[in-house]
Amino acid sequence: MAEARPAPTETPTAPTDEPPLSDVLSAYRMMVVARVMDERCLTLQRQGRIGFYVPLQGQEAAQVACGWALNDEDWIFPAYREMGIALARGIPLALLMNQFFGNSGDELKGRQMPNHYGFRRFRFVTASSPVGTQISHAVGAAMAARMRKDPIVTVSFFGDGTTSSNDFHAGLNFAGVFQAPTIFFCQNNQWAISLPREKQTRSATLAEKALAYGFPGVVVDGMDFRAVYRAVAEARARAIAGDGPTLIEAQVYRLGPHSTSDDPRRYRSDAELAEWKEKDPVARLKHELRASEALTEENDQAIWEAAKQEVARAVEAAEKLPAVDPLTLFDDVYATRTPALERQREELARELAGAAGTSP
Amino acid sequence: MTELTLVQAVNRGLQQAMHDDGDVILLGEDIGLNGGVFRATDGLQKEFGAERVIDTPLSETGIVGTAIGMALYGLKPVPEIQFQDFIYPAFDQIVSELAKFRYRSGGQYPCHVVIRAPYGGGVKGGLYHSQSAEAYFAHTAGLKVVIPSTPADAKGLLLSSIHDEDPVLFFEPKRIYRAVSGEVPEGDYRVPLGEARIAREGSDLSVFAYGAMVHPALQAAESLAESGPSVEVVDLRTLAPLDEKTVLASVEKTGRAVIVHEAPRFCGYGAELGSLFAEKALFSLKAPVVRVTGFDTPFPYALEHLYLPNAPRILHAIRETMAAG
Repeated sequence: MAEARPAPTETPTAPTDEPPLSDVLSAYRMMVVARVMDERCLTLQRQGRIGFYVPLQGQEAAQVACGWALNDEDWIFPAYREMGIALARGIPLALLMNQFFGNSGDELKGRQMPNHYGFRRFRFVTASSPVGTQISHAVGAAMAARMRKDPIVTVSFFGDGTTSSNDFHAGLNFAGVFQAPTIFFCQNNQWAISLPREKQTRSATLAEKALAYGFPGVVVDGMDFRAVYRAVAEARARAIAGDGPTLIEAQVYRLGPHSTSDDPRRYRSDAELAEWKEKDPVARLKHELRASEALTEENDQAIWEAAKQEVARAVEAAEKLPAVDPLTLFDDVYATRTPALERQREELARELAGAAGTSP
Repeated sequence: MTELTLVQAVNRGLQQAMHDDGDVILLGEDIGLNGGVFRATDGLQKEFGAERVIDTPLSETGIVGTAIGMALYGLKPVPEIQFQDFIYPAFDQIVSELAKFRYRSGGQYPCHVVIRAPYGGGVKGGLYHSQSAEAYFAHTAGLKVVIPSTPADAKGLLLSSIHDEDPVLFFEPKRIYRAVSGEVPEGDYRVPLGEARIAREGSDLSVFAYGAMVHPALQAAESLAESGPSVEVVDLRTLAPLDEKTVLASVEKTGRAVIVHEAPRFCGYGAELGSLFAEKALFSLKAPVVRVTGFDTPFPYALEHLYLPNAPRILHAIRETMAAG
């Protein structure tokens, strides 16, 4: 189980500029869990045990730091590459793994491809595949929270490619006009499948697009845990103070493929990958913690070993759970099943009963 | 009871919902100070404030996306799309997000938004102020599609939509916004979703229509009142989910069906009704099912009067169907 965040306070306090060292160590543990999960899930997909996977390697520091700088009452509007922020919210590995397997423990009832999860009690909204649609949802939820005088922010997560979408424009424009208490957290991982960042937009940075919408945009080294933490804490404080939204461009690198269906060797060089691997955010935070003597080599090995065991337990447990009940297929289309859905449900039930009757 | 036009009834419905429930929020283009280009929201910003009647930038995807976010947080947003013809920039938000939120989250995130949009021709609006796009949305699982044809239904169906739990596309026949008036009950008057209305009883043939087309269908039926045949007119009111029971009972009773809509014929809503009759009422039918619809062209400007179904065209279809068997 991922380490829990500190309990939320009654009234959110303005975050300090730096997280305490013990927090950074906890965050590092979480980044290690994310890395181990990622590698394990890529293998599970190659073995045919899960259907699909979207890796996040290279983006762990940006996501975990962002989560660390938020309050647990804040709302997350993720894309599909957000396991770091999911772990930072305290979402248990078992819930994620059950979703990847689409088994009877999957709270989404097997409805979505892996990585497209969401858990209401963690204020982590269910993701979809179209890019950018979640941006204006975060703006609307922020406006609603302000109407109810809830002192929270909403955060939308998206990548460099999404800055070309119509929903990016619409969402940022609405947020600017209505001064919504929201943070646009753009992880510029340099590649939108095969399209490099420089072919996505002529703008020198993605952050500067915020200026046209009338609010600040900041560029931050997304491989630097503390830098991201500071940027998010500052943006959150601005939003809570009623000073409106911020666009944060966290510059990261997608060390893996876009998804398990992608082969990045078709479009990017080994040299480029090697250069970015030098900046690996997990290794970087380890070196910083080692340098400050908050971490020993032995402790680090224990952290990795614990993460591997935790992930192995989650996989083992998920594989033991039975499949999704087929007749749930017709639930949640509407609040109650329509007469037509009732009939289709009966048709499938009869078909399944017939198939069961003829099997040996 | 008060005598109101259809657009006034929409206004009273919104006013009632906003009065009764502080979570009801309106947002859209020109809906505040201006009261909407058709005045459907006239006076509501003055009464309920600019925080609850929100003038938005000109972006349909932004309007619907923002409304979805509000709904996820627990409000009951009722966005207006100025003309249904301009709903397409929000198509992704409606079809990929609004329709699927409850399902894709395993029931964790219901997403109750009621999108109002004036639809249909007859106002010299050309290609982009005249369309009937209901079939796209009726085809999408997770959405409800509602179209009123009378002022009382406009208020009653709108209030039921706002107090429903599912996303609703509420399409208002703008051609009869002011051309049709009638008695509308006061207060929190509701007409249940999913129930068709027998607008006129008859025994020889059933005409199925919705929205503005109910009125020429009634004219055609009335014109035969003395000479016969006896024509029943069924106003569908809710296109999704369809009230199959009422629709099938009518066609089983009369044995003949004429289906009327403004939208193009191919893959239009009438195709679904025709299939339903073939699947479930074939042996009640005495004649082939006939559709009276818009042509399979874009909506024309100068020749609009030739494109739209009208009472003579419906009358012709009724006579043909009676002659066929």
